[in-house]
Amino acid sequence: MASESVAQISNNLLYCAMAVYAVAMYCYAAELAFGSRLRRGEPALVTANGAGDTSYDEPAAPVEEREDRTGKAERLGRIAVSLTALAFGLHLASVIARGISAGRPPWGNMFEFSVTGSLAVTGVYLVLLARRDVRYLGIFVMLPVLLTLGLAVTVLYTESTQLVPALKSVWLVIHVTAAMIASGILTIGFAQTICYLVQERRERTPAEQRSPSFMDRLPSAAVLDRSAYRMHAFAFPIWTFAVIAGAIWAENAWGRYWGWDPKETWAFITWMVYACYLHARATAGWRGRKAAYVALLGYSTFLFNYLVVNIWLVGFHSYAGVN
Amino acid sequence: MVDSDVVHTAMSTAPGEVEPPSGPGALGPRGMGRWAWRQLTSMRTALLLLLLLTVAAVPGSLVPQSAVDPVRVAEFTAQHPTLSPWYERLSLFNVFAAPWFAAIYLLLFLSLAGCVLPRSRAHWAASRARPPAAPRYLERLPVHEGWTVDVSPREVLDAARLALRRRRFRVDVGSDGSVAAEKGYLRETGNLLFHAALLFLLVAVAVGNLFGFQGSVLVAEGGSFSNTVSAYDTVRQGAAFRSGSLVPFTLTLDDLSVRYEQKGVQRGAPRDFKAAVSFTASPDASPKGGELRVNHPLVIDGTKIFLLGNGYAPVFTVRDGTGEVVFSGPVPFLPRDGNNTSVGVVKVPGAKPKQLGFQGLFLPTAVLDPQRGPISVFPDDALPRAVITAWVGDLGLDSGAAQSVYRLDTTGMTQVMNSGRPLAQSLARGATMTLPDGAGSITFDGVRRWTSLKVSHDPGKQWALLSASAALIGLMLSLFVRRRRVWVRATAGDDGRTLVRVAGLARAEGEGLADEVAEIATALRAKED
Ligand code: HEM
Repeated sequence: MASESVAQISNNLLYCAMAVYAVAMYCYAAELAFGSRLRRGEPALVTANGAGDTSYDEPAAPVEEREDRTGKAERLGRIAVSLTALAFGLHLASVIARGISAGRPPWGNMFEFSVTGSLAVTGVYLVLLARRDVRYLGIFVMLPVLLTLGLAVTVLYTESTQLVPALKSVWLVIHVTAAMIASGILTIGFAQTICYLVQERRERTPAEQRSPSFMDRLPSAAVLDRSAYRMHAFAFPIWTFAVIAGAIWAENAWGRYWGWDPKETWAFITWMVYACYLHARATAGWRGRKAAYVALLGYSTFLFNYLVVNIWLVGFHSYAGVN
Repeated sequence: MVDSDVVHTAMSTAPGEVEPPSGPGALGPRGMGRWAWRQLTSMRTALLLLLLLTVAAVPGSLVPQSAVDPVRVAEFTAQHPTLSPWYERLSLFNVFAAPWFAAIYLLLFLSLAGCVLPRSRAHWAASRARPPAAPRYLERLPVHEGWTVDVSPREVLDAARLALRRRRFRVDVGSDGSVAAEKGYLRETGNLLFHAALLFLLVAVAVGNLFGFQGSVLVAEGGSFSNTVSAYDTVRQGAAFRSGSLVPFTLTLDDLSVRYEQKGVQRGAPRDFKAAVSFTASPDASPKGGELRVNHPLVIDGTKIFLLGNGYAPVFTVRDGTGEVVFSGPVPFLPRDGNNTSVGVVKVPGAKPKQLGFQGLFLPTAVLDPQRGPISVFPDDALPRAVITAWVGDLGLDSGAAQSVYRLDTTGMTQVMNSGRPLAQSLARGATMTLPDGAGSITFDGVRRWTSLKVSHDPGKQWALLSASAALIGLMLSLFVRRRRVWVRATAGDDGRTLVRVAGLARAEGEGLADEVAEIATALRAKED
């Protein structure tokens, strides 16, 4: 009984978190829209590399109005970040309550995996935000988080229960934790890669001919490319570790560390595609857009593994808990 | 911009671009061979092979695989009679053992070996060589700082050498009043370790496949088996496996307990599942007890025994027309759904005057559904029923063709009827169904559980884990260690003061090089002032 009411609390917290995420997303969007005629970080940050881009040399609006707009955009951005932190807190509390109600780590079925995985995405974003100015990513983080949570509470919802015996293992906890952290980072890298591709196309037009867009608030393509690479390079060893931990778990449960079951096959495919991405970045003629496409492909294989394989392709790993 | 010697002394041993030969026949056969080898071991070929291997793995997850799920392969073959022979020809039911799959990964690993060996040699040489000397114009490097001091150039360089040493740079004092330093060799070492470990991983997997053994066997409570190839129902063994290497243990399944979720939407989901066993490690060892659970295999002398599926084995006693007991014992039935509705057959070749066969449905918690007939509503055996139909005639066991123990070949048999309809009875524990015309009877005595056990012996396993761990460590070094060079030059100026310049170069921009150079400059200034 008690555990059911804790599960109920967990659900309510999750709904609150979703509402706050939605407002935060709106603020991020408004920030980008308000600042769309202004370069990011302007006017404080003109010094770093004067030779790069000149778009801020031609004022888009009278100075006072610009400052007013900058101020508003800045304020909205700060509100958005505070709301994100609040939503993260609620989200985290929901995950913890879920774990308490089930009496185990809360990642035993697809609902829980989605909820905890999206928590990892926000967590990675907040950690990153503490170290670098990545607020421009806000909307691109809120969107997938809200989509995942929406999918979780509508389609994937499963009541809080114990696990089937095969899933009771420390290696499960290690394997899934690593996979979730890696996917949180990969999601951010994915968002940055898309931003890079758009920005790169945009930068082909000379600055003075570009029509104003919220993309002006984003960093240059070169910066986006480099940060996306960092994200991927950071996630890849974690994903590797997740695959190894999964193999150890499989060996303990089924007596073979690798059996090409669909889930394993797609974990391998994702690993390979990201290895291709890292390779491509060191291969002449593949840097830039081509490598970025490989990264997008990597993320789609990850999504495929998560959504399609879990639900439609049967295997040993039938833990989705979805009917 | 930067002196060419610095730029061309690369900070990575990655192979460069391969120039195409200037025309067909421009190279001799040896030249062609060398060109082809360089093509194979180029980064671009490696990338293409990596992509190809990735794509090749996809059908392995979409088409049923005989190594993973032979039953689904059989279903697929039955459903797609025209397509299947083609799939068969293209090894699509066995992608990961297919020749074309092997061709791709062997080529990739050949490329890998051809890449790693020369790179290791180059890296070995580079890591013993001196750091490349300072370029003439340090101020032309992307990151640099300069200032003047009153101490002599010698003192500046001594201080620089110490400061760089302290920061764990490899330092070389040049003859031209400069200090050259380099750091982060572990990046390349890690990258080479990673690639070499992948090669070892492949070898470890191959060893496991060649010398390994996997067998599974179905054991009912009270039953036992010994670890010999012939005792297993299904066996997979490597080409170089010798049956003498099996540990000679014997194992008896004493009890199997299964617990199911009792309430909620997940009612009926398995929760706990364990087997109490007793075993003797070798024919003359004394028996021991042990427990087996999912995720907790039992280890006997290094051989691991795993608990996989479970089900019911109803116990039957069959009497023939002469009243003789011709069969008695548990018969494993295969579960068909989440509530353990199970199907199976009893074959009694020894019955007289005619052989008897029974088809059965076992329902652990039986309910008579008005539409669907008898069904099971819960997987535990709360209200067990066996629904039996009977056949008499020739079981077809003498023809020599292999027969499944779970299916009755009814071609030579006729179904036992009862007033125009097939005879079928739902038996409770202890009940007997009597066949008309004195043909015999079958009694449902009770039920036991069975479990399928898997025994696995993979001598490459530890090596695979070791290689994978080495690969992971190498990968982290390769991705997180930064390789960079720093130079300090001190020149005596006309005014008697010393001009100091510090500059740095990293493999990739923006990896905190500017901060590092600034820190070194600050450290030097603090010394000199
Ligand atoms: C099983 C096949 C292979 C896999 C899974 C693989 C994977 C990887 C990964 C993940 C990286 C990124 C690590 C880093 O940036 O340092 C990398 C880098 C690298 N790989 Fe491979 N690789 C494979 C085969 C090859 C082959 C055949 C070659 C030789 C042509 C090669 C040459 C390189 C080089 C030179 C780098 C370093 C690039 C740099 O300096 O940034 N790899 N590889």
